[in-house]
Amino acid sequence: MLMSNRPRAPKTEKSKLVSLANAGIRRDGRWLVRGVDFSIRRGEVVTLIGPNGAGKSTTAKLAIGVLRPDEGTVERLPGLRVGYVPQKLAIDWTMPLSVRRLMRLTGPLDDTDLLAALASTGISHLIDAEVRHLSGGEFQRALLARAIARKPDLMVLDEPVQGVDFAGESALYDLIRSIRTTTGCGILMISHDLHMVMAGTDTVICLNGHVCCRGTPEVVSQSADYLKLFGNSRSLAVYSHHHDHTHLPDGRVMHGDGSVTDHCHPDDGHHDQDGHDHDHSDHDHHGGHHHGDHAEAKGEGRV
Amino acid sequence: MFDDFFTRALVAGIGVALTAGPLGCFVVWRRMAYFGDTMAHSALLGVALSLFFQINLLIAVFGVAVVVSLLLLALQRRQSLSADALLGILSHSALAIGLVLVAFMTWVRIDLIAFLFGDILAVTRTDIALIWGGGVLVLAALVWLWRPLIASTVSEDVAEAEGMKPAQTRMLFMLLMALVIAIAMKIVGIMLITALLIIPAATARRFSASPELMAVLASLIGALAVVGGLFGSLHYDTPSGPSIVVAALLLFILSLLPAAGKNTAEKAGNQGVR
Repeated sequence: MLMSNRPRAPKTEKSKLVSLANAGIRRDGRWLVRGVDFSIRRGEVVTLIGPNGAGKSTTAKLAIGVLRPDEGTVERLPGLRVGYVPQKLAIDWTMPLSVRRLMRLTGPLDDTDLLAALASTGISHLIDAEVRHLSGGEFQRALLARAIARKPDLMVLDEPVQGVDFAGESALYDLIRSIRTTTGCGILMISHDLHMVMAGTDTVICLNGHVCCRGTPEVVSQSADYLKLFGNSRSLAVYSHHHDHTHLPDGRVMHGDGSVTDHCHPDDGHHDQDGHDHDHSDHDHHGGHHHGDHAEAKGEGRV
Repeated sequence: MFDDFFTRALVAGIGVALTAGPLGCFVVWRRMAYFGDTMAHSALLGVALSLFFQINLLIAVFGVAVVVSLLLLALQRRQSLSADALLGILSHSALAIGLVLVAFMTWVRIDLIAFLFGDILAVTRTDIALIWGGGVLVLAALVWLWRPLIASTVSEDVAEAEGMKPAQTRMLFMLLMALVIAIAMKIVGIMLITALLIIPAATARRFSASPELMAVLASLIGALAVVGGLFGSLHYDTPSGPSIVVAALLLFILSLLPAAGKNTAEKAGNQGVR
């Protein structure tokens, strides 16, 4: 059964660090993402997955206020302290910047916190190295250490282990997991790699311009939407599935009964209600007013 | 040899160089060289307007530079042309309009060359007061803005996410640039202001282990270039602005020499402290 991750009972409302409600953002008449609903609580790890261009980074930027939504709302706890590891960070090599200096980029920091954070990501020896001389993986570790040292309420990690060697990758995921338990901060993570983040993630949200599916990692990894987006090459994809619809390359949807629509909708009559190994209760595009989104997003007219 | 006008020029030039150093570092780090050029070129339009409306030269130049940078931001937001092309359009149109306007005003006779390339002879006590007063203001603002400026230079997204206001920081930085251009115009001239921003910063890069050190070294190297350039200008009877820029260039070339590698880095650092 797919666990629904809709906003829970009001008793947990207070601990919501950030919540997005039907948030969408448009650029040049194209929706980058639309109808995004989720929230992050203290001590919760939410992972966004999805193909390139699915709007993962955009969604993360919406959540932390770097981008403002064109529709819907994004609410953050007042005074929320964020630690952000962006997907891309190009420092002009003309700026002489040591790792030590980078750690204090957005605020002052105790030496103890600084050293502890660098030690936790395994780069204590690089403290006085110039940032431009770091390898890709070392740089990621430095950025992660910087975010950790801030002791944030919410860490937003956009592909935090890119370029990190294989052994380091799982060590860093372990680290991220332990930070959650020791500091109780919320974590929003973006990853391509579901099986690496699986154990430490509470909720996986599969994005493809909209929320495709969501749930615990186990559930999402078995959902047809996930398999459709990530293919069967993953070791996880050993299950056999009954797909009831297929996302076509042009953004339309081919249903199990052979019909093609702009959308899929659980109650649009195209879905066979028996024999699902996943359901689409979370795949309703958040109310009926988004019909035509995909067509618009791909620059086509309505069918 | 130390005629009065020459001392005034030295004091004024050093004041400009000390101010331009740290600002120039940001111009280099943020890759805003062409942007600086555009603001500087628009200064001539400011000169023309100041003559036409009989308003204070400094205010007119500052105002036009601010308007041009706001215009650029607005145009960039529409994303119809690359920033590069927009800068090219703004830069040269502002310069051309300025030249045309000056030509129209047949009743005023101005020394165009002095505005374009600087004029030591024209430095008055008021200019010195303006340069040092403005310079202290700019440097104080930079110290105050330092952390957000560095942070947003590294990443505007990170700065924004972690509670800073990079858009506001960028705006303040542009105001500081406009101010420096307005006060530096008389020393190096409109065409060469950007050189005084960029060349000392680029020279300082090799000897700097931190942004702060690079900013201080850029100031000192700029001051050295001013002194060398002005003496050269006096000696060879060459225009002050270009002479200062040539001196800065010579220092930059020196910094590139292989011998000026790690060993001299410390010497240069010590010189900086002195």
